[in-house]
Amino acid sequence: MSDETKSQEIIICRDVHKWFDSFHVLKGINLTVRKSEVVVVFGPSGSGKSTFIRCINRLEEHQRGQIIVDGVELTNDIRNIETIRQEVGMVFQSFNLFPHLTAIQNITLAPFWVRRTPREQSSELAMQLLTRVGIPEQADKYPGQLSGGQQQRVAIARALAMQPRIMLFDEPTSALDPEMIKEVLDVMVELARSGMTIVAVTHEMGFARAVANRMIFFDRGEIVEQGTPDQIFNHPQNDRTKLFLSQILRH
Amino acid sequence: MAAIDLRPPRLTVGPLAWVRKNLFSTWYNTALTLGVSWLLYSSLKSAALWSQTEARWGVIEANLTLFMIGQYPREELWRIWLVIYLLAALVGLAWGTWRNAARGFAVMALGAGAAFALICFALNWEAWINWLIADAILLIFFLIGNFLPYASRVTVVGWLLYFPAIFLLVAGSRHIAALPPVEMSAWSGLLLTLLLTIVGNLGSLPLGILLALGRQSKLPIVRYFSIGYIELIRGVPLVTVLYMADILLPLFLPVDVRPDRVIRAMVGFILFEAAYQAENVRGGLQSIHRGQYEAAHALGLSGALTTALIVLPQALRAVVPALFNSFISLFKDTSLVAIIGLFDLLRIARSVIAQPEWLGTHREVYLFAFLIYWGFNLAFTYGNRRVEQALGVGKR
Amino acid sequence: MKLKAFWRDIRFLQMLAQGIFVILLALAAGYLYVNVTANLQRQGLTVGYGFMKNPASFDIGESYIPYQASDPYQRALIVGVVNTLVVSLVGILLTTIVGVLVGIARLSTNWLVNKLAAAYVGVLRNTPLIIQLMFWYFGVILQLPSVKQAIELPGPAFLTNRGIYLPWTETTATFPAWRMYLILAIISVFVIWFVLQIARSRASIPLSPSWNLSYLVIPVLILWLGAEIQPAPPITPYLPELAGLNFKGGLRLTPEFAALLFGLVLYTGAFIAEIVRAGILAVSRGQVEAARSLGLTNGQTLRLIVFPQALRVIIPPLTSQYLNLAKNSSLAIAIGYPDLFSIAGTVFNQTGAAIEIIVVMMLSYLSLSLFTSLIMNIYNSRTRLVER
Repeated sequence: MSDETKSQEIIICRDVHKWFDSFHVLKGINLTVRKSEVVVVFGPSGSGKSTFIRCINRLEEHQRGQIIVDGVELTNDIRNIETIRQEVGMVFQSFNLFPHLTAIQNITLAPFWVRRTPREQSSELAMQLLTRVGIPEQADKYPGQLSGGQQQRVAIARALAMQPRIMLFDEPTSALDPEMIKEVLDVMVELARSGMTIVAVTHEMGFARAVANRMIFFDRGEIVEQGTPDQIFNHPQNDRTKLFLSQILRH
Repeated sequence: MAAIDLRPPRLTVGPLAWVRKNLFSTWYNTALTLGVSWLLYSSLKSAALWSQTEARWGVIEANLTLFMIGQYPREELWRIWLVIYLLAALVGLAWGTWRNAARGFAVMALGAGAAFALICFALNWEAWINWLIADAILLIFFLIGNFLPYASRVTVVGWLLYFPAIFLLVAGSRHIAALPPVEMSAWSGLLLTLLLTIVGNLGSLPLGILLALGRQSKLPIVRYFSIGYIELIRGVPLVTVLYMADILLPLFLPVDVRPDRVIRAMVGFILFEAAYQAENVRGGLQSIHRGQYEAAHALGLSGALTTALIVLPQALRAVVPALFNSFISLFKDTSLVAIIGLFDLLRIARSVIAQPEWLGTHREVYLFAFLIYWGFNLAFTYGNRRVEQALGVGKR
Repeated sequence: MKLKAFWRDIRFLQMLAQGIFVILLALAAGYLYVNVTANLQRQGLTVGYGFMKNPASFDIGESYIPYQASDPYQRALIVGVVNTLVVSLVGILLTTIVGVLVGIARLSTNWLVNKLAAAYVGVLRNTPLIIQLMFWYFGVILQLPSVKQAIELPGPAFLTNRGIYLPWTETTATFPAWRMYLILAIISVFVIWFVLQIARSRASIPLSPSWNLSYLVIPVLILWLGAEIQPAPPITPYLPELAGLNFKGGLRLTPEFAALLFGLVLYTGAFIAEIVRAGILAVSRGQVEAARSLGLTNGQTLRLIVFPQALRVIIPPLTSQYLNLAKNSSLAIAIGYPDLFSIAGTVFNQTGAAIEIIVVMMLSYLSLSLFTSLIMNIYNSRTRLVER
């Protein structure tokens, strides 16, 4: 592989294994994600897909194999861990906004305290991000006063405030009421189209069809099949993939 | 065709019906009601009789100042009034700033001030003026708090500064001419009770927070040390901790340092309360979802920053009502210092009973002390309930 | 594992943090140790438990094991421990009864009883225990009439300001022989229980509840048999009677013990009442409604449905109240009952052995706490397991 292609690889996972006590949850994952790629990970619950993406920003620790993010390897080295956490943003299923801070305070917290961005700058950036996700008028509201969709959009803005190079999404719309899913997906689509590297665990196949470069089917701790949306939806190769797709594509 | 609204049968609504339902519904209920009523009547009658004839209430009136401030020099009384005025000002400010949460306490304070003014007036003491001034100050600062910019910050800073200020005013200092030092041994009566409560409650909070964090820590040595301390203190009575502080503290300090007995009691209370505060704070810490830690982690916040900016603010918010509760129970517990020889309200009560001209007045005196503790307790519990409601504890 | 930059390794940093913590602790301990030795040297004292063998030379007001002033300090402390245990155990028993009764009263539909119980709880919970103890001691017990004008209650029991005298029993000469029948009767209860368990698990239909009568009938039969074979009764009533200036016979509760017991039982009972009430309220109304609609009577509903579920909620806080009662017994010093704390204090006053006495005190109370927690935890896990 040429050097240029190599520098495009922003996430490299080699033979990653993880055990929860004696339960083998990740069985040798090999994956490469390139810059600006949008990867959708899907699969049945308990397949390890959430665990896997949480390994990428060290919310979970892998026990064997290598994970290299933007050239930095994830080990027990505290400096590596901190670097990677600042480069990788994460959006959670349950939003996890800080309830004692307003929306805009949620967003400016990390830039101020971690990157030492001066207040005015971080506030300005926060307002830009709130506009980008469509809710600038909610800046001074507390999370308890916002709807689920609005909270998740604030959470996306909060993650973006650290100007990460990679955004991880862990089932971002699963906890939302149906009428609010679209507004969050719209933001994610815009993000994808603007060139952000995205790895998303989601069941939203519409989103995958719209912007995914690659879809990865996870089952029982391993990558069973991967390919472009066209390949996965229209020509799935593996039987398990076909079975799962038939279960979720009922409508 | 419209249905007719009939009136309910006469004996099922109204006061007669209530009596029937609540007091005389079944035969044994009736028997209970009659029996209990007779018991109540006879005991209340003898108690009322006693209080009107035999009881010598003069003992309270004659010794009221002793009960309140013990041996504190009478010329320096103005300093105590200043402490009360500052308290009125801060309560008023808090009410103006956080209207809903502080309303319970503010109302209690206003009511107490008015009641005390009335009592002083009836007994012909000039102090009634002071109480009215205190109430007036409260109201003035309530108005100020309503319009002050940055009211929240000013109020919090004001309260934080108040506690050291109390000590400065009460203890005095050699360096300030207007505040000649007052020996700790002269601190007594209700004044001492309140001082011990405040110090015990506030001083134990930092240590309690550290212990609670230590208990959650992933580092085993820190965790076991915290658990060990907490379980040790919780397994022994308060008197033993006070006693330990009283006789061991001088041993553990360098040879010439002899802390005053009041300080030793304060240390004892702090060490004791810290274990219980730790459990309160732990409850608050456990109410925080794991997701909060994960979000902070994902944003790149270090462990210390996460604890300081995310975890503690949320945990302490949940803990404020429990903090007030422990204030109340500590107030009652200070009565134990009578056992180690300090002259708090209870000990003063005992010494009053021993006065030759008031021998045999123990019922009146203990009743008075009992009413003070109970009244304070009620007032604080009421104020705390408002705080709980305003903070929405249990709803988030 | 690569060794480069180990000082940034998370696990190393965690070890380091713990190491620093330990060093700080050690430094603090060392500082304290230096001070202690300096202070002790100043006072001419040494640390050691040798003094325990020296004669105590002070009297103890009441004791359940024989004790004289010439006994060693060790014995005096043991007397203290026993005194504390006695008042704690009796207190726990009585306070449970009081607490449950008041708790049920709090739920009564009779408004008067309900509000009275609420007043009881509201007053006793919100005032310091020490004042209540003083009230009971100075305000009630010491106000009782003197021996000559004692209040007599059926029993006979006598209330005086020198103590409360209750009817009790005394063993006669035939008791040792009769003891065997008593033991047999007790064993028979366990045997019956065991047999019934097996019968229940083997039976295809529920056993008639009248089989439970055998718990009563068989032991009584055994005791009656014993009484027949040994005509002279093994126990006789031991009644208090006025003899000169004092009462002889009966069970005597000293004023101090009585006041301490009353105070502790009523105070802790108020807290237990609230716990019982909360526990019963915690069982949702739907349970009661379902039981009633199945045809169970009020009594059966309470016994089979409400109480078992309420117990689960009640046991943990009940445990801590029992512990509180045992710890609060240390307030006995305020009214002169010679419990562990008060005796230990006297020993310290006489010997100056601060550290040793504190250690003894702490260890005793800690053991008491741990033991009570252990018992209640076992009971707790048993009731929980049975449900799941």
